[in-house]
Amino acid sequence: MKCDVCESEATVFLTQIINGQMTTVNLCDACSQAKGVTDEMGFGLAEAFLNQPTPTNDVTEGVCEACGFTAAQLKKIGRMGCPECYSAFRDGLDGLLKAMHKGTRHVGKTPSKITQSRHVQGNINHLREELANAVRDERYEDAARLKNEIDRMLNPTPDAV
Amino acid sequence: MLFKTLINHPADWMQGSGPHSEIVMTSRVRLARNLRGFPFPGYSQEHQRLELVQLARPCVDALPEMKDGYSEDYAKLSKTRKQVMVERHLVSREHAARANGCAVAVDRKQNLSIMINEEDHFRIQGIRPGLNLRSAWQLVDKVDTELEGALPYAYDEKLGYLTACPTNLGTGMRASVMLHLPALALTDQINPVIKAVGKIGLAVRGLYGEGTEALGNLFQISNQHTLGEKEGEIISQIEKVIERVINSETNARQKLVEDNPNMLQDQVGRAYAILRHAHILASKEALNLLSLLRLGADLDLISNCDRSLLDMLLLEIQPAHLQLRAGKDLSPEERDLRRAEITRTRLHSLAGPSNVSNNQPPPEAPTSDLPDE
Repeated sequence: MKCDVCESEATVFLTQIINGQMTTVNLCDACSQAKGVTDEMGFGLAEAFLNQPTPTNDVTEGVCEACGFTAAQLKKIGRMGCPECYSAFRDGLDGLLKAMHKGTRHVGKTPSKITQSRHVQGNINHLREELANAVRDERYEDAARLKNEIDRMLNPTPDAV
Repeated sequence: MLFKTLINHPADWMQGSGPHSEIVMTSRVRLARNLRGFPFPGYSQEHQRLELVQLARPCVDALPEMKDGYSEDYAKLSKTRKQVMVERHLVSREHAARANGCAVAVDRKQNLSIMINEEDHFRIQGIRPGLNLRSAWQLVDKVDTELEGALPYAYDEKLGYLTACPTNLGTGMRASVMLHLPALALTDQINPVIKAVGKIGLAVRGLYGEGTEALGNLFQISNQHTLGEKEGEIISQIEKVIERVINSETNARQKLVEDNPNMLQDQVGRAYAILRHAHILASKEALNLLSLLRLGADLDLISNCDRSLLDMLLLEIQPAHLQLRAGKDLSPEERDLRRAEITRTRLHSLAGPSNVSNNQPPPEAPTSDLPDE
């Protein structure tokens, strides 16, 4: 197996679990020493090799593509730049929200448009299950009818009565 | 509706009375809402804010609740007019500090106000007299649903309504109750009450919101959490807490009447005398004295005193209201003179305080040596 850094033969194999995810790094002798792998206390796999910031409870890097707002600005003023920022800075947000609120998931009012589309989605899921059952039971007429129904729900024609 | 017409009419909440009106001045519920595709006002450029106002104002003005209401662009509003609306709790101090690219709409009865481009694109506020958060919530909920049909709200399945500040995420709802707690203040019990309320996750603020002093023994209690709870649950929690605070204030008032009638009478009497006869009244002094007079009225020490008279006066003597009435900017000294003048006029026909209880020995001669008018 080759070293992840210099492609020499790897002799050190390191596994770390970061936020529940297992990450493995393979290193040669020289690289493992150069990166201080033997110093167990100060070694962070992701940071040292994979060029991925370790997810923390603090949002410090990144930029929102929609509005150009940066994580540094967020940290400074504690407010977002635009609604899309919540997707851009989603990592680490839960920790922040836990400290601020009773929960991290919205359970209150939902716009009626969303409720309607959820309802439609629920119906479609139900019809898909029925379709699968019909196919399994070789009830092909039912299956065809269900498929038409699903298609109609997915692509409603505006002039349909 | 013209600004003048709006302001010349007292708001519904100033006149009407609601549950626990003797202690709860108002109940307010505000919702923070934003549109997809626009940066939040704090991070937007002027042309983006103007574009949003252009898109949003027709929808706001077309709301059935806004029929015959008042609606204005901030570019056309003077500083004094904006400040008058702050004093009436129709807009926030933060919103009034902004200029171009902002707008406000208020319904005819001043129960509902919508700020455009405050910290969020929309702040929808309902205000009711007394302890009546549910009625305020029903009003803003309805208006919110109507607006949502016309405009693309920024909403996320997990995070709820997306807001500029993560502290407003989820419901985007802040429910707040304005309380008049003079007896708790007089008996030095107010700090433990504030501390206890703070411990259960509610915020206690002064008369004009965040960072303002608790003048006139007026306190606002509101929720801090907006995510992870339903609107109704948040309101129920506040209602429960407020009812306990009301009980504490009622008991403190009762105790004052029973254990300390002389002190009570002295405080109310002094307040009455100064307000009736002073010629120079600073804002802070006036608010604190009006608080004591209101307490006197609530405890029937001042007879035939209409509480709404005092609540109206409380607004009339605020700096911007005085300046609007004068039609010009006034120096603090000029304001103090006019404040005293209006107060004397409004309280002219109000009879002086009576004894707390007939069982008590007659009080000593009045400690105030102000001459009779």
